[in-house]
Amino acid sequence: MSLLANTTILLGKELRTEFRSRELLTTTIVFILIVLVLFSFTFDPLSEEARRFGSGLLWLAFLFAASLMLQPCFLREQTNDTLSALRLSVSDPFAIFLAKLAANTLFLLLTELLLLPVFAMMYNVPVLPVLHWLVLIFFLGSLGISVVGTALSAISAQARMRELLLPLLLLPLLTPILVASTEVTGALLDRAPYVQWKGMGFLAVFDLVFLTTLWLFGEYLLEE
Amino acid sequence: MKNVLFVAVVVLLLGAGAYAALFIAPTDAKQGLIYRILFLHVASAWTGLTAFFISFIANVLYVWRRQPKWDWLGVSAAETGLVFTTVVLVTGPIWAHPVWGIWWTWDARLTSTFVLWLLYVSYLLLRTLIEEPDRRALLSALFGIFAFVDVPLVFGSIRWWRTQHPQPIIMGEPGSGLDPLMYKVLFFMWFAMLALMTLLLRQRYLLEAMRGDVETMRRQWEVA
Amino acid sequence: MTLGAVGPTAIRFENIDKRYGGLYALRSVSLTIAAAECVALAGRNGSGKTTLLRIAARLVRPSSGKLSFSSAEGAENIVARNAGFVAHATMVYDELTAEENLLLFARLQGIAQPGKRVEAMLREVGLFERRDSLVRTFSRGMRQRVAIARALLNSPGALLLDEPATGLDPQGTAWLAQTLRRMRDAGCTILMSLHGESEISSLATRAIRLDAGAIVADTQTGASVRSILALADA
Repeated sequence: MSLLANTTILLGKELRTEFRSRELLTTTIVFILIVLVLFSFTFDPLSEEARRFGSGLLWLAFLFAASLMLQPCFLREQTNDTLSALRLSVSDPFAIFLAKLAANTLFLLLTELLLLPVFAMMYNVPVLPVLHWLVLIFFLGSLGISVVGTALSAISAQARMRELLLPLLLLPLLTPILVASTEVTGALLDRAPYVQWKGMGFLAVFDLVFLTTLWLFGEYLLEE
Repeated sequence: MKNVLFVAVVVLLLGAGAYAALFIAPTDAKQGLIYRILFLHVASAWTGLTAFFISFIANVLYVWRRQPKWDWLGVSAAETGLVFTTVVLVTGPIWAHPVWGIWWTWDARLTSTFVLWLLYVSYLLLRTLIEEPDRRALLSALFGIFAFVDVPLVFGSIRWWRTQHPQPIIMGEPGSGLDPLMYKVLFFMWFAMLALMTLLLRQRYLLEAMRGDVETMRRQWEVA
Repeated sequence: MTLGAVGPTAIRFENIDKRYGGLYALRSVSLTIAAAECVALAGRNGSGKTTLLRIAARLVRPSSGKLSFSSAEGAENIVARNAGFVAHATMVYDELTAEENLLLFARLQGIAQPGKRVEAMLREVGLFERRDSLVRTFSRGMRQRVAIARALLNSPGALLLDEPATGLDPQGTAWLAQTLRRMRDAGCTILMSLHGESEISSLATRAIRLDAGAIVADTQTGASVRSILALADA
């Protein structure tokens, strides 16, 4: 069974499981909404500042939400030791990671796009003219978050205090994503919007670097 | 006897370095006496990164070979690196306050160093949350690999961010250059710091090796 | 219930060591299980039974030593995934139906015509009527049946079971014994860890006792199966 075939099958399982219960999606969406509302009390959301701070707050909200959303990723494979069943069935353990990170990227992207109009409304920021660019930056950023987050979730699932541990491990590692994504998004939401290609390129590099690292070391993360 | 000799050498080197920094290096026209803290600040930064690099190599070797000594080296180097990184974070504000009037300038390199510090604090925290020694060694080694791979990305992204949002720069622009004599003093100071690093590393490594042996004996006794 | 193309599989452990931070879970274990043998593994908790089985399933890598599988004719290095593994945990997803679970694992393993195979397995274990129910709604006995079905999907030549009767009521245990008997009679090699005597242990043609990671008794050297199993599992 090829890597691609196994990944597709597992991705199907991840999607089916999530769309049946929708627990991850709903809790993540609500969490980001809460964060956006709370942030609005820290400065004047309708002022010019909103345009400058808005993108940073948005990505901060995404990062916090992701660090919570990624926790069950490998924890739920511990309940019935289904991780062992997967390890026994697939030819390349990397398929397990690929499927999970693809699913996580999709879930993150979905929640981000659902919340974009809410964000635009609350902070009075025009998003329609740059929508396709926003989708691209959301994708690149979410992919990076998922790659690192999925790997670290495999680590934190095997330690104590795992609920607190994952954000602790994840957030410092994702600093480059926060920096680059905020810059690019800020440029897109500016009065005179423009595309920050350097930022986009940087994120692509980040994604590639960690995907490669995960490919090289993934099987050890799943060892017993 | 060898140990005492080594300590003596390190003390001598550090003393010589301090003397050179205080009296041999030429006076800086603009900043006066306080700039001399640069020799401590920059040398510590380079030494910290050297230690973290050693930790990274040890981590890779552990994942590949699974010999406990690489785990001991990994944690010793990480802790040692953290000590030097803390010195960087402390000397930064000490320098900034008399010159700029503020304690923290969000200078790119200093901010990156702060993230670096957080990364390796997380590494140490992770270790305290896994009890089984082999698991702890493997998982922290894997996290250490991800963390070090992230380091250039952190520094790169924050440096790029600074070009978008200029901040006061500690120690002057990279291009402002140092007097050749200053470079000599700086490199000597780095050499002295590396000697100190080796001393600390070795002590910590021996301590960890002893701990490993005691732990093994305790577990064997518990089973019997 | 037929065996796959490979047929009955022999398992060979050569000087298997497993260390966990200085402690030995298994100590220089050498053991050959002939094709179609049915072996009961006895020993108290912590003696290394689970570790030995998980090494055989290739879920755990030994610290040193060699594990090999061979067909009855002696063909070596056959794919180890040919061994089915059943543990105390069911290793299936609660939030999927019985059919979805089996289809998932069948497709992952590249089994030809997965739909047909899954249907056959479901009928074999008597869960065809409940195939569209979420595993979450199943009783312990039914979950065990799904677990067995999962392990037998690719018609393995060897079956590894770690205390499979735990938590089963008499009905469930009887069904398990019956199923294992059919597998044994079809020529499948069986290695199972047990506590004491039961319907299941009576299927064994050979028994081995582990203590502190080493083999201390083996019917091959004279003792009877009953005597090995009857030793107190203190």
